[in-house]
Amino acid sequence: MNDAFSPYIVSLITFAPLAGALLLTILPRRDRDIRVIAFLFSLATFCLSLHLPVHFRRGLQGFQFEIDKPWISSPNIHYHMAIDGISMWLVLLTTFLTPLCVLISWKSIHDRVKEFFILLLILETALIGVFTSLDLFLFYFFWEATLIPMALLIGVFGHDRKVYAAVKFFMYTMIASVFMLAAIIWLYTQTGSFDFVIIRDQIAKGAIPNFPAAAQWLFLGFFLAFAVKVPLFPFHTWLPDAHVEAPTAGSVLLAGVLLKMGTYGMLRFNLGLFPEQARHNAPWIMTLALIGIIYGALVAMVQPNMKKLIAYSSVSHLGFVVLGIFSFTQSGLNGAMFVMLAHGISTGGLFMLAGILHERRHTYEISEFGGLASPMPVYAASYLFIVLASVGLPLLNGFVGEFLVLNGAFQAKPIYGILGATGVIWSACYLLWMFQRVFYGKVTHPVNNGLADMLGFEKAAVWPCAVAALVMGVAPILWLAAIDPAVHDVLMPFAQFISKAVIQ
Amino acid sequence: MMLPALLLQAIPQTQDYVRILPELVLSIFGIVVMVLDPVVDEEKSQKTLGAIAFIGAVVALISTWYMAQSPGLAFSNTIRIDSFSIFFNFLVIAVAAVVILSSFEYMAVQRIRAGEYYALILFGTVGMSLMSSAVELVLIFIGLEISSISTYILAGFRRNEASSSESSLKYFLLGSFATAFFLYGVALMFGATGSTNIDIISQRIASSPTQVLIFTAMALMFVGLGFKVAAAPFHIWTPDVYEGAPAPVVGFMSTAPKAAAFAVLLRVVFAINAPGRFWFLWVAAALSMTLGNVGALVQSNVKRLLAYSSIAHAGYCLVAFAMTSPESSATGISAAMFYTASYAAMNVGAFAVVSHFGNAGEQYVTLEDYEGLGRSSPLLAASLTFFLLSLIGIPITGGFFAKFYVFSAALRANLIWLTLIGVANSAIGAYYYLRIIVAMYMRESRREVPVTPIPFGLGLALTLSMLATLYLGVLPNRVLQIAQHSAQDLLPQSSPVNSNVAQSPSSAAAAP
Repeated sequence: MNDAFSPYIVSLITFAPLAGALLLTILPRRDRDIRVIAFLFSLATFCLSLHLPVHFRRGLQGFQFEIDKPWISSPNIHYHMAIDGISMWLVLLTTFLTPLCVLISWKSIHDRVKEFFILLLILETALIGVFTSLDLFLFYFFWEATLIPMALLIGVFGHDRKVYAAVKFFMYTMIASVFMLAAIIWLYTQTGSFDFVIIRDQIAKGAIPNFPAAAQWLFLGFFLAFAVKVPLFPFHTWLPDAHVEAPTAGSVLLAGVLLKMGTYGMLRFNLGLFPEQARHNAPWIMTLALIGIIYGALVAMVQPNMKKLIAYSSVSHLGFVVLGIFSFTQSGLNGAMFVMLAHGISTGGLFMLAGILHERRHTYEISEFGGLASPMPVYAASYLFIVLASVGLPLLNGFVGEFLVLNGAFQAKPIYGILGATGVIWSACYLLWMFQRVFYGKVTHPVNNGLADMLGFEKAAVWPCAVAALVMGVAPILWLAAIDPAVHDVLMPFAQFISKAVIQ
Repeated sequence: MMLPALLLQAIPQTQDYVRILPELVLSIFGIVVMVLDPVVDEEKSQKTLGAIAFIGAVVALISTWYMAQSPGLAFSNTIRIDSFSIFFNFLVIAVAAVVILSSFEYMAVQRIRAGEYYALILFGTVGMSLMSSAVELVLIFIGLEISSISTYILAGFRRNEASSSESSLKYFLLGSFATAFFLYGVALMFGATGSTNIDIISQRIASSPTQVLIFTAMALMFVGLGFKVAAAPFHIWTPDVYEGAPAPVVGFMSTAPKAAAFAVLLRVVFAINAPGRFWFLWVAAALSMTLGNVGALVQSNVKRLLAYSSIAHAGYCLVAFAMTSPESSATGISAAMFYTASYAAMNVGAFAVVSHFGNAGEQYVTLEDYEGLGRSSPLLAASLTFFLLSLIGIPITGGFFAKFYVFSAALRANLIWLTLIGVANSAIGAYYYLRIIVAMYMRESRREVPVTPIPFGLGLALTLSMLATLYLGVLPNRVLQIAQHSAQDLLPQSSPVNSNVAQSPSSAAAAP
């Protein structure tokens, strides 16, 4: 029974939110009903997606829950969806965060509610599609499809400079991704297929005669699209603007999932298709990642705006992911995957918490707060928990990933590990300092005395993140058991390049 | 023995008339509209004449299907019905039908007497159909003139507006100048090869390929056709003409005559297959994409913006023309055909929305007027957004596959630089289309822009063009197969040897 069902589960998960969005379009504009329906659909999607880790066969290499049906014959496009240990957890991250986004937007969105939730659900479908599609065309389709709902979420529901931020976000991503499209088309003209597995095998066998001459350009075409999305220094300037202007739910999905599209793309396509070029280009990419880690942290330190601070902390954390990926070690890649998930949860949580404060005071300026621990004790405790997770306190999720990444970076070249490790210190500095300024001491602004503590639905949105952060920190093996074989698969072609022993 | 056979051939048979059936139907309906115009009382004339014209276009579409059952040559080899000409016939007539639908309301709002308007659209379509089916340069020229003259008049239909008259006059003067180039090219081609029949010309050129005269003739013809498709450097007229002309007419003239001109260009470039054409096509494509997109960046009038965008799209389409080898030519032709079809679908739709928003006297056509339309008129704003996304080239719209096929044809022919210029341009292009979307959804209206309900005709027109755009974006297979099939029909080496054309002396000499 399970086998007959398994090819369709991935499609079901992908398109369940879209079905919800379509249902919402025909419903009358009763805001309460719309919120409830959107929540139910996103929750149902999450429950469906739990099927994946339950029935996922760990220790197996290759893709599972695969479906491969021809869609368009010329060009030869297949509806090819499947997951492995890497994409499975990113799908789960998406389905986990979306219901929380619905909850956190329950009260804060009161204008054009219907449009908001429609866009949110469409965005979820597109995000899941990015992680599950194995046909390059399908991948590109979902990749572009994330762009429009996200740009609209920022541009329509954002704050003061929303239009500027939305257009900047759109243009950065669009310009970068057309080069990926050119590379995809080139691969198609040479192989006659968009299928990731077929193209990977053909490249590995050397079956494409023109490939060596073009390989570097193809690598860069893909890499540019992903580097902008991550965002890797120096392509990061869209991110702070987008985050500051986006509504809370938009920020959560942007930091939590959208950025991971870039690192996932590097892992899957840059390493999967072009292992040799990846190895050649690794030194400068790792250098950029290190610059991102340190620069992001330093800039975060001096931000007067809480949301901008969290945004720059993302630049820093995503630098760890890139560092881990291009270390080409089992430990580094495992760590990179784990940081992606951990960052999604803890930064998602931080953005929700920042949003809760914005709800009450309509500002993100850190100097507007101070001593909040006394009027809002529950809020302060939740905030501290998530901050500690993000800082990388042992037994919480941030620690595991960063440790593995640094371990991998150290194996690749000790100096990378040493410099990267400073990032951990920096993150403690800027996050804890921010926490101190916002929560400790006396209440500096009288208006803050009357702030209400967390409401029920806010707790329901934030606490799951805290629980997930704790479980991931205590029992990372639950995640790594599936990640490890998949990463091993990715690293296969590198075995011949790297003489150093890979630690188990 | 020879003479009676020739004479017999010169007398048109029933078959011959079947092969121009759409043109006949359109002409008859055009005349009916003209005759009824003074008879029908003025109040009713808008609806009645428009309905008759629409029925005419639909009947012409059906007759295209009927014509498609009997492919072959007609009227002493001046017309050839093959899948290529059927494709373009169908396209231009379908565009005409949709434009007629979207004009119903426009005519009433602008208080324009309807009679000649619909008749001129039908007559113009006759010319475009002829351009798609003719394989004789002189007949092509006649078709070109019929279609051009109708559009010159249509451009000036807002008689009370100075800008409309300016548009018409400008289009007329520059257009006649450009057609003269085309005619001069035809004359030189006749001088070089002794024929105006495309099949014969291609055989003569194949036997003696290196003539300066042929090159000059090709260049001159390209100037004329380049003007018609608004390709750089012959594009200067486009923004002014599009700005002044009535919006539905712009929707019409930026798609149907362009499609017909592209059909002729495909025949001239690929069927004649003259050597030495590569670079001017390459340059025209690169220039059109770049100038069109850069020009559009700074426009604040939506009609002007879409005018520049149409220059850019002509450039994308021309990328598919820069092919030299026979295999890449086949992919290029099918890519160009697909491009014209999907561009027609999305642009007609976009202009239908623009013409509705414009309101009386077309006073609301700037970006500022579009602010807040996402709230006040959600359905129209959503459909315009859909068309704009297609123009950007976002997946599941026809615009995406159109660009996709063009660029993959170019990459297959190893035109790496042209492809890179193309993709960089489509990224730039995203910006100005986005400006319209931003204005509609992300800004609050500052001016009182009246919102009128969507009338039936416009709604139907929008639905049709949206369905077409979506169909081309989700299931592009069928249209692409037709285009690929047509490409085989068009290329000289596979042209059917079913007439005395193939037995001409020069080809016999060239055979060994």
